[in-house]
Amino acid sequence: MEKDSKDDGIEGRELREIVVPGDVLAADDALKSGVGTYKEKEKIYAAQLGVKSVRAGYVNVVPLSGKYMPRSGDSVIGTIIDIGATNWLVDINAPYPAPLHVNEVPWKVEFGDTSHYLRVGDAILVKVLNVDETKRIQVTMKEHGLRRLTGGQIVEVASSKVPRVIGRNGSMISLLKDYTGCRIFVGQNGRIWVDGEIEGIVSVILAIQKIEEEAQVMGLTDSIKEFLEGMSEKKS
Amino acid sequence: MRRNLNYGFLLGGMNMDEKKLINEKNIRLDGRKLGELRPIKIEAGVLNRADGSAYIEWGGNKVLAAVYGPIEAKPRHIQNPTKAIIDCRYNMAAFSVGERKRPGPGRRSIEISKVMSEALEYVVFTEKFPRAKIDVYIEVLQASAGTRCAGLTAASVALADAGIPMIDLLPACAVGKVEGQVVLDLDKEEDNFGEADIPLSVVPRTNEIVLLQMDGQLTIKEFEKCMEMGMNACKDIYELQKAALKERYAVFTEE
Amino acid sequence: MGEVVVLEIVRDHIHRLADHGKRIDGRGFDEVRPISIEKGLIGTAEGSARVKLGKTDVLVGVKVDIGEPFSDRPKDGVLLTGAELKPMASPEFEPGPPRPNAIELARVVDRGIRESKMFALEKLCIDPGKKVWMVFVDVQVIDFDGNLFDASSMAALAALTTTTVNASKFDQGEDFPLPIDHYPASCTIVKIGDVLMVDPSLQEEQVANARLTVSMDEASNIRAMQKGFKGAFTYDELMECMKKVQVITKDIRKKVLG
Repeated sequence: MEKDSKDDGIEGRELREIVVPGDVLAADDALKSGVGTYKEKEKIYAAQLGVKSVRAGYVNVVPLSGKYMPRSGDSVIGTIIDIGATNWLVDINAPYPAPLHVNEVPWKVEFGDTSHYLRVGDAILVKVLNVDETKRIQVTMKEHGLRRLTGGQIVEVASSKVPRVIGRNGSMISLLKDYTGCRIFVGQNGRIWVDGEIEGIVSVILAIQKIEEEAQVMGLTDSIKEFLEGMSEKKS
Repeated sequence: MRRNLNYGFLLGGMNMDEKKLINEKNIRLDGRKLGELRPIKIEAGVLNRADGSAYIEWGGNKVLAAVYGPIEAKPRHIQNPTKAIIDCRYNMAAFSVGERKRPGPGRRSIEISKVMSEALEYVVFTEKFPRAKIDVYIEVLQASAGTRCAGLTAASVALADAGIPMIDLLPACAVGKVEGQVVLDLDKEEDNFGEADIPLSVVPRTNEIVLLQMDGQLTIKEFEKCMEMGMNACKDIYELQKAALKERYAVFTEE
Repeated sequence: MGEVVVLEIVRDHIHRLADHGKRIDGRGFDEVRPISIEKGLIGTAEGSARVKLGKTDVLVGVKVDIGEPFSDRPKDGVLLTGAELKPMASPEFEPGPPRPNAIELARVVDRGIRESKMFALEKLCIDPGKKVWMVFVDVQVIDFDGNLFDASSMAALAALTTTTVNASKFDQGEDFPLPIDHYPASCTIVKIGDVLMVDPSLQEEQVANARLTVSMDEASNIRAMQKGFKGAFTYDELMECMKKVQVITKDIRKKVLG
């Protein structure tokens, strides 16, 4: 399972074969076993519920459900769930919480002074630094743009739907921003922060819910465009 | 997805005397042939909060299965550093049986939960989630013999619905002996008055048996016949499981 | 699991929406979520109903048995209500024996039934001091998205009105429907900032200051109440709640019985 599957394997494809664990994906040497698959006795099987996708000689299963599994480099929205003397414990919507060490924040924090900077219930924008073999996760807040989030609203979608919310080359997000004037940040972990006028926030959140419900439908961008037009007409 | 499945051909023309539960034409009290399953209906993704879920109606059984996880196992001392723990909890609702059942797990529920957890562990790629736990909750809402098989069948559908990596789904069913004959999928009467009952579960792709219990009395020859009948029935239940998952997600791909 | 951390941003957003006359799911302050009811779905129960209130989903099963009356009420049948917050319904619920939240739920549902005199317990006597009918109401939460009190009360009302006492099974004559005299319905209201909202969703419950559940009979008499959470209501707010409850319980009753 060595290939990255972050690219959108669904969008724009005609053939979308839904596979379930145990389904045979390939029975010869023509393809290699990719993400969401396993190989046994020369045959490749689906290891997960998803859509079969063949790319660059690999057969993959693009998941249709499942928890967010962090990878180094991911930008995510975290919630502070606990505070220690030298770190904060951050829930990043993954199976495992991630400690944020005082060395990884943009402030100089004295021992035991952690709660003056971030409190339980705060939302923060962080980057995944590292995930080791036992799935211990390190996150950082030290890069440009990483910060505590204030104002606006945060909603959650399944991490498998994140590529659809972003759209091809960010087209869906641009659409949402253009119609509502909101600032939007989509974390790889499925958490989305929306800030702006209250009417705009409400429209974006309704649109995101619609995207999540209709994630696999073709022509999604047009349908969301129509929806946003309807919302702004109602307002005026 | 409701189907009656027939395995009568496996048994040939066994001719028995006039009996109560099976008539001279080898037809059972509820009208089934010896190798026929009760009607089965499976639905995937039925709950909102759970990470994965499934509902199964199997004869008079109504069972829900919910999956939460993987999530870091707590307290820490129960964690396995190399793989996830599968914690399956089977429970019968107070109103699921004729005489009200006291809430809370009894010895029977605890035992069933244990063998189910072990069976599911075999098909899940647990090594992908070290230190984690995957909870599987099975709630029997209405019981009518064969609840553990219905529950296990629903459980693996719920696991797949939750996006958990697995080698295969896990169908299960019971076989047994009633009035000297090997029969598939015992109903309540047959379960109460029959001579043997074997719940079993098979990995369809490899034919490996991962759950097996038995009580009663059987010859080795009869056991052989039971296994043949049960393993074949699991293949058909497997098709229903796959269809339930594909149906659940197919709606999204239609234009 | 257990304690839930609510994001400050979400809390602020719900308050800000309330200031603008809005709710997080677009409902009006006095608007109850869509209700769907399925009755008699559990064949092993003498009465049953499943109620979906938005994304909250509750199943109530009624079992009827014969037992001994309580010694201080030798001529009365017995009503016992239990509730289980199964971990199936939410990651916040933990396995094990009922905790305070489950016990509170069972007792609030029980009071609605008992205090409204929904069915006369004295009609459920077989042999005074020795044998009476025992009615067990078991609430099982299937999916949790707030306001379990109202969803469970609705399911209990629907289940009990369709309950048949299985007398023939016990050689006690012919089966008969549970003799229902009154039809209690409950309405729960939360206070968020200065705003009162009916039928709170889970997110609203998580940020609410105070909660009030009121059970009324068909003549709009108050039959049971339960105030919850750590905040307080003013006298005026309580009176406003009563007006809302009167309207909404009528509506709910119609939906459940219809």
